[in-house]
Amino acid sequence: MTETPAIELKGITKRFGSVTANDNVNLQIFKGKILSLLGENGSGKTTLMNMISGIYQPDEGTISINGKQVSILSPKDAYRYGIGMIHQHYKLIDVFTAAENITLGHGSGRLDIEETNRKVKEICDKYGFKIDPRKKVYDMSVSEKQTIEIIKVLYKGAETLILDEPTAVLTPQETERLFDILRNMRNDNKAIVIITHKLSEVMELSDNVAILRKGKYIATVETSKTSPKELTDMMVGYSVSLNINRPKYIGAKPKLSVRFLSCRDAEGVKKLNKVSFTAMGGEILGIAGIAGSGQKELLECISGLHPVDSGEIVFTPDENTRIDLVGKSPTEIRKAGIGMAFVPEDRLGMGLVGSMDMTGNMMLRSWKDSKNRKSPFIDKKTPEKLAKEIWEKLGVVAPSTSFLVRKMSGGNIQKVLVGREIAQKPSVLLTAYAVRGLDINTSYTIYNLFTEEKMNGTAVIYVGEDLDVLLELCDRILVLCAGQVSGIVDARTATKDQIGLLMTKSGRELKSESIAPAGGR
Amino acid sequence: MANETRQSLIRLARREQMKSEYVWGIRIGSIIFALLLGCIPIMTTGNNPFSGFATIINGSLSKPIYFRQTIKIAVPLLGCALAIAPCFKMRFWNIGGEGQITIGAIAASFFALKIAPEGSLPHWGLLLLMMLSAAIAGGIWALIPAYFKAKHNTNETLFTLMMNYIAIGIVAYLQGGPWEGRKGSQIIPMFKSSARLPDVFGVHAGWIIVLLITATMHIYMKYTKQGYEIAVIGDSENTAKYAGMNVERIIMRTMFISGAICGIIGFIIASGANHTLYKGVANGVGFTSITVAWLSQLNAFVMILISFVLAILSKGSQTLQTRLSVPASVSEIVTGILLFCMLGCEFFINYKLIIRENPITGFCEKTVSKAKKICSKLISRNKSNAKEA
Repeated sequence: MTETPAIELKGITKRFGSVTANDNVNLQIFKGKILSLLGENGSGKTTLMNMISGIYQPDEGTISINGKQVSILSPKDAYRYGIGMIHQHYKLIDVFTAAENITLGHGSGRLDIEETNRKVKEICDKYGFKIDPRKKVYDMSVSEKQTIEIIKVLYKGAETLILDEPTAVLTPQETERLFDILRNMRNDNKAIVIITHKLSEVMELSDNVAILRKGKYIATVETSKTSPKELTDMMVGYSVSLNINRPKYIGAKPKLSVRFLSCRDAEGVKKLNKVSFTAMGGEILGIAGIAGSGQKELLECISGLHPVDSGEIVFTPDENTRIDLVGKSPTEIRKAGIGMAFVPEDRLGMGLVGSMDMTGNMMLRSWKDSKNRKSPFIDKKTPEKLAKEIWEKLGVVAPSTSFLVRKMSGGNIQKVLVGREIAQKPSVLLTAYAVRGLDINTSYTIYNLFTEEKMNGTAVIYVGEDLDVLLELCDRILVLCAGQVSGIVDARTATKDQIGLLMTKSGRELKSESIAPAGGR
Repeated sequence: MANETRQSLIRLARREQMKSEYVWGIRIGSIIFALLLGCIPIMTTGNNPFSGFATIINGSLSKPIYFRQTIKIAVPLLGCALAIAPCFKMRFWNIGGEGQITIGAIAASFFALKIAPEGSLPHWGLLLLMMLSAAIAGGIWALIPAYFKAKHNTNETLFTLMMNYIAIGIVAYLQGGPWEGRKGSQIIPMFKSSARLPDVFGVHAGWIIVLLITATMHIYMKYTKQGYEIAVIGDSENTAKYAGMNVERIIMRTMFISGAICGIIGFIIASGANHTLYKGVANGVGFTSITVAWLSQLNAFVMILISFVLAILSKGSQTLQTRLSVPASVSEIVTGILLFCMLGCEFFINYKLIIRENPITGFCEKTVSKAKKICSKLISRNKSNAKEA
């Protein structure tokens, strides 16, 4: 390997306060190669790449481009060195067309849109993109938006492309198409880095794999000479089994039945369209789908946080009792004696109060109860006891229960949230992306807690993004596609491909008619 | 590019938790720094800055009468800071204290002017009626922007600010119209003694009311369900909804309480301090109290201290003007510098500056060596000049 790397990092260290995000990391990126940057969430992959693309500056260490030491102070500098990054959250202007977004912030003086359109077309033909430069961003699907981001970077003349978890929001089929494009770029002698934690993608796409663990650089290996098992071991630091225990609950009974549920968001766009299913007590019902297919709205409708357009949500504690939940607020649901637990996606923004300690967060569920309901004073004793219990039982890493939740790590935050919700002894447990951003150990703690709940006869609804986990953890999987149920499959027999197809299947045909925005926008 | 390895001169980095000794060190340091900086404007008037500061302290604390006057300034500041604290905790930026005070004062004055002369109510009964009406009027005045915020998500900052001018305008109208005393005087007559707050230890009884509010507010924010609701909304409205809180109602309720306390302060000012109503009844208290609330980080007991410090500065600067004939504007500059430094130091508590090392020290070294060279040259030239001479 005498070739000079396109980008070389030496001894990069970056700290945020007491957290060391990157610790003495070395990395080489070569032209004409695809490098996977592999690591668990929180292992410092994105931080490292942000330093190459000029968003952060390293505290220590050097960056060299084509053998020459440089310092990259801004994303503009990064473009000057031919480095472009495609972030996880797209930075596009909704009301602009594709071409306008692509030229944004590029060059000066007069904007020649015809010239841009021509150039964009050139790039598209070269690598196999399919876009219409005149289409507005708000009309685009997620994958189209991503395409725009990639073209934007190429348009600015990037020789090195960094993609941060590009497949997180794509269906398996769209992922395949993206990979083809990336391969075309590699053949065009561009250097490509993809940040990911999905092993299957690493094995399929990349030439080399660099592994980070807890901010430290572990190794770079050639993909052809390694195995998923070996990579996992390096990523986690010890051997883990990927098996999730899935006992079967005998005598599952319907707990929650949803019939023809429809709802809209604040802008009047239809988010759920005649969704029907039954959740059984003693079962984990998985919900799969591309991000934004209505998962959030479904859970919020059930828990009384989102207004329902039409349809019914009926809770059946036993065969003879039916309680309609539509139109009930969370407080009314609680008053009706229904144990409804909800672990929302946005932990600190919805499920918890970051500026309070564990006790204060326990109170979120119990603040209205006290010995005397009418008493103006809040009961702190009971939540304090509960906080201590959760702190001990789930091993929350914090000096005490009076430690601010905001200052805890992601895994501990989630333990506090899940712990509190389960402590309600719920009959229905709704969870959204419960293990996002958590390390493997905590993820398993969470899986086990959910399984335990299931064995207690609770109806658990698990909205997830990792299909492997969904297939191993759940009993049945409901697939949402653009606000509709595109299928409900048995998780013990279904395959990933099958679910992947369901995630998009009805999408193409239905998009135009039933998901059109209401109110003529 | 010639200079490839450049680095930004100063970078910011978030600090991890600081030890409380350091935090207080920085805060006290910032006050000392502010006082030093404050010397400059005093010096420009040709006075010794130290005697200037001594005058401030002397003029506000040295005699019982000065002390009482200082307390009189502190009372409305503290009261209004307490009033806006729950709003700020909720991240509802109520900068309409000024108007809510004014409206409270109007309501109190109405009863003072209409009922006191009749003598149909006992002294305490009238005062209670004035206080109650002031609280309700201030509360309703504050409820208007809260309603529009809750139902239509209007901007509360602009809304409450604009309401101030309407309230002051109403007083201007009353002064020149229906409540005018002697025709053409543009002045509302003084209250009869039955509508005045009695003195306790030489200061009107407003200080007792405000101290009671302080204790109540502390308990309200810390130990009640409503206080908890306010804290949760301040952190995240979505979390509040998730926990089953009625966010709209809580916003309106909290603003009503805030306006009601402001209204009571208006009653205290009109009935206790001024014994009349005029346009400047709030006199900037609604704004200065924002500083008090912020500096004390919404802690009710710290507010007592901060409002007292600000009162000392305010009273002291009046003395400064009369004794050393330092213009009041200069004392205001000193106060401004102090506030700026006290608020600004919070930045250094939360962030640290990382200054580019090598270039700076390098620059310093270069400058020093250059200076040395020039000096030695000059010295040698001087010597040779001397020899020649």
